[in-house]
Amino acid sequence: MSDPVSLAPLQRSPLHSVHVELGGRLVPFAGWEMPVQFSSIVDEHKAVRESVGVFDISHMGQIIVSGAGAEDFLNEALTNDCSVLAPGQGQYSLLLNEAGGVIDDLIVYRTSTKEFFLVVNASRITEDWQQLQKVAAGREDVELANASEATAGFAVQGPRSEAVCRHLLGEAAPCPPRNSIFVAVGESGFMWLCGTGYTGEEGFEFFVPKADAEGWFRKILAAVKEEGGLPCGLGARDTLRLEMGYPLNGNDLSPERTPLQAGLGFFVKLEKSSFVGREALLAQKAAGLPDKLTALKMIGACPPPRPHYPVFADGQKVGEVCSGTQSPSLGCGIAMAYLPLSLSVPGTALEVEVRGRRFPAEVVKKPVYSKKNS
Amino acid sequence: MSNVPDNLRYRESHEWIDATQEPAPVGITDHAQAELTDVVFVELPKVGAQVRAGDQVAVIESVKAASDIYAPVSGEIVEINEALTNEPGLINTDPYLKGWIFKMKVADVSAADFLLSSDAYRSHIA
Repeated sequence: MSDPVSLAPLQRSPLHSVHVELGGRLVPFAGWEMPVQFSSIVDEHKAVRESVGVFDISHMGQIIVSGAGAEDFLNEALTNDCSVLAPGQGQYSLLLNEAGGVIDDLIVYRTSTKEFFLVVNASRITEDWQQLQKVAAGREDVELANASEATAGFAVQGPRSEAVCRHLLGEAAPCPPRNSIFVAVGESGFMWLCGTGYTGEEGFEFFVPKADAEGWFRKILAAVKEEGGLPCGLGARDTLRLEMGYPLNGNDLSPERTPLQAGLGFFVKLEKSSFVGREALLAQKAAGLPDKLTALKMIGACPPPRPHYPVFADGQKVGEVCSGTQSPSLGCGIAMAYLPLSLSVPGTALEVEVRGRRFPAEVVKKPVYSKKNS
Repeated sequence: MSNVPDNLRYRESHEWIDATQEPAPVGITDHAQAELTDVVFVELPKVGAQVRAGDQVAVIESVKAASDIYAPVSGEIVEINEALTNEPGLINTDPYLKGWIFKMKVADVSAADFLLSSDAYRSHIA
């Protein structure tokens, strides 16, 4: 068996010692040393689909945008329209470069008329911050604060997540509805409770000051275990999101491709008069998309598809896998790849090459997995 | 604590071989399967293939990653474990018996003496 490669020093979560105590298998991810799994990716995946799981997401970034011009500024910097958000509501949005390429995908919550809370990807905190600073230049009515370093976070996901929320906050505090946010003040500072997730299940993400992280995590873990759930690593987070067809920045999103190609047009409001990347998107829309992020499913027993494996149609190489795995819910390989529009139609026959051998696959609709049809 | 049977020989890369049998079965250790977890596919070698010690001969795919499997000694692949095609998880549940991967006609049985003993492998994974 080949051994894993060792890497340079990495940032550690405030829960690092808890991960070690729980037997977490730690791996490098986005510059952080994070648990890929505690027990098994399949068991953790199933816990989230069937009961509940808790993930450490302390590596994710948080940026606070405030001031009288905050809404106007974010509508220039991001693709979605944040003016429709009432305080307490959130939306998925994208930060683009001038060419319409994706710098990051993120969630924007409105915490008051003049303040927004952004949750961004760990691997893009620096780029996001630079781009937001650039767009904010010359705007005196906007203030940016990077809370990433000071903040830890957990995602509680699964049908029993509401019960976990009740254990945690008592019967009186409601679990936040999807795309909503509650802000509270804890012992060491602000806490944000967000109705969101990356698994396709009900759940919430909870951001707290670093100093309070371990105490909260132990409470959440106790509640999760009481509900029959498990602590989960990034491995299960990846299989869960891929079954839902949710893109992962760095794999499925990149500065070279637009959100229209990624199938995220719903979160791009071209009718806004202006935002960074709009001109490029309008031009691309007029010219027609060169390719589209497409979900596929392997047929029969075969090795799981993995990033960069070539994809073939009628014997011709037509793209490569950007994300791929074995779906624990379906028991077969699933993947996403950018393919020409003519090949992105469900039912299209494809092949994925694994170590020189080609295995049959077909294009399927996203999400690849849904509770209704399983 | 993982199971390391005394009657087997080991490679540092976590394969085991039972060179007392003819042909000699090869698999991965209990420690290795626990590290991989969730084996979902095994790419088996071809029967009849002549391999040298250290050659990459098979691939084990877990949900997480693909891992190469190396021949512990030189010889010929004479049998493969077809049961792994439908039930790759046998490597997790029974790594030393039902989870064997292939059997070798060993070219020189004394070559196995150069592999790790159970004690040496135990300290290797400690």
